Amino acid sequence: MLGLSKKDTTFLLIVIFLTLATPILLQPFPENSALAQFNAGYPDLMQRFAIFGIFAIGFNILFGLTGYLSFGHAAFLGVGSYSVVWMYKLLSYNVLPGLILAVIVSGLFALLIGYISLRRSGIYFSILTLAFAQMSFNLAYSVLTPLTNGETGLQVYTDDPQVLVSEGSPLSPHFFGIVMNESAKIDVGGWQFTFSNGYYFCAIIAILVFYLSMRIFRSPFGVMLRAIKTNQTRMNYTGLNPRPYTLAAFVISGMYAGLAGALLAAMDPLAGAERMQWTASGEVVLMTILGGAGTLMGPVLGAGFIKYFENIFSKINDNILHTWFSALPDGLEDAVVFVLHPFIGKGWHLTLGLLFMLVVIFLPGGLMEGGTRIWNAITGKNRKKKQDADHHPKPSAHVN
Amino acid sequence: MGILEVSNVNKRFGGLQALGDVNLDIANGTVHAIIGPNGAGKSTLLNVLVGKLTPDTGTVMFNGTSVLGRKPYEINQLGISRVFQTPEIFSDLSVFENMLIPCFAKRDGAFRLHALESIAAEKQLIEKAEQMLAEVNMADKRHMIASSLSRGDKRRLEMAMCLVQEPKLLLLDEPTAGMARADTNNTIDLLNEIHDKRDITMVIIEHDMHVVFSLAKRITVLAQGTPLVEDTPENIKGHPKVKEAYLGEAAA
Repeated sequence: MLGLSKKDTTFLLIVIFLTLATPILLQPFPENSALAQFNAGYPDLMQRFAIFGIFAIGFNILFGLTGYLSFGHAAFLGVGSYSVVWMYKLLSYNVLPGLILAVIVSGLFALLIGYISLRRSGIYFSILTLAFAQMSFNLAYSVLTPLTNGETGLQVYTDDPQVLVSEGSPLSPHFFGIVMNESAKIDVGGWQFTFSNGYYFCAIIAILVFYLSMRIFRSPFGVMLRAIKTNQTRMNYTGLNPRPYTLAAFVISGMYAGLAGALLAAMDPLAGAERMQWTASGEVVLMTILGGAGTLMGPVLGAGFIKYFENIFSKINDNILHTWFSALPDGLEDAVVFVLHPFIGKGWHLTLGLLFMLVVIFLPGGLMEGGTRIWNAITGKNRKKKQDADHHPKPSAHVN
Repeated sequence: MGILEVSNVNKRFGGLQALGDVNLDIANGTVHAIIGPNGAGKSTLLNVLVGKLTPDTGTVMFNGTSVLGRKPYEINQLGISRVFQTPEIFSDLSVFENMLIPCFAKRDGAFRLHALESIAAEKQLIEKAEQMLAEVNMADKRHMIASSLSRGDKRRLEMAMCLVQEPKLLLLDEPTAGMARADTNNTIDLLNEIHDKRDITMVIIEHDMHVVFSLAKRITVLAQGTPLVEDTPENIKGHPKVKEAYLGEAAA
């Protein structure tokens, strides 16, 4: 179906189901329970899961397939956001023109940066992309103020032209009348589920681009990209020029990043220069590696994992810890809270860093490898069978 | 007139004359070996032929076209394939995917974006790749990851990847280096079979005299960057100059 193998179609259907059911699945604890703070089913966070999922899927097309590690992808994120806000200012709050413009502009921008950066590989490529991203950040922050509104960030003012706005059109981002920040709250027993227009808009786009990346992974182009990662010498001596292939991958992943940036501005009509900072570029690298570079689902998991930590772990404070450990004797309680203090609240980066180290050291294939191992342990697929195939190939008749 | 003509090629690395006035005329359809002691300039000559190095002076003509100043992928598109001393294959890919890539390159040239097509739809190329795998007796290993192959199989795969492109000229850089005797003999048989079956010219650079004398129709002896003699294997064996420069050294 849809140009995919049977296995991939099943996989895609599972992904579609999980994505659409996210508002329910991420709300496992009843509203008034002590664990309700671990619920992640509120629109703002779920939108981030979807948007950064898109960002990471695109990044994975470049990094996971070709092995070229870009440290400058946040630049495209920023370009996407600015494009959308400009469309708001000039036309109307409909997100569609902005999304289209964002993908085109970030694609062109990626073509320029990629054309120059891809003359080098390895660490030199990474440094070049980093330099470009920092240049873009500084341009947006101070030099190109008329275009980006500098440190205040670009936003819509009442005196903006907005030529397509008529009486009664929504005053916040919408898609042909479907207003992004509207949502339906449904109470079932003790649970509260929020179904937000914004999340479903992002989710449907995420599913589409996930499907697209699946097609790319399975296409001849995908095989070429993996070949480039493995052996560029053989590539050259096979009559193939690696450069256009890597450039195409770079532009595609830049367009994904631009789309993600556009969606950020579609959810919240603001665009600031800090979105282009190198920490944002580093974050998508972490997401991809944490989830499993080169796998289809890994980057999405990584993105969800990091965004969950950022939003949930950072909210735990000392008071909450005290209530958790209130059963312990006073002195011991204080000691435990004292030990845990650096890892929570503002210290969530520390926890994330430790987890990242553990994953890289023990699961080089990321969370996906962890998942596969657990799955194999449960289903009892023993490794022996696999080893046999690798090390004892069926004897073949040696004719020559 | 031969398929490959090298005339007056000189190449200097600083103070070292790596190639001095090399003239070669390789006849169409032959198996031509280039031998010589270490440092004789064999690898430099090969790198000039594939566009990795540009000589200081001289010309290299392949089928009437100059190969100088062309990129390796352009030279491959002219019909020259190369087998490396250590097999250069796509080791993270499966054997079958390894075979597909040269098929795509042969059909589509240096670049074509097939981002949304499915591989399974390319029935002709798949058939071509599978035929070639069967020809080198690797059809049963098509799903193996290339890095898990034995050394001999990696070599075999690399040759299959070159041959599936139907090159006019195949350059082999010490194709049996580091192989056990049995593997070496298998490779010799494979190469002889390949040469018998198709219209292909081979240039072999080799240390192992056993390999050279079982394959070559013509031999050029290179010493200190200059061709010493060029003759048939029978005549080379008894040539006093060669004995002195190369075989004598090997025997001692």
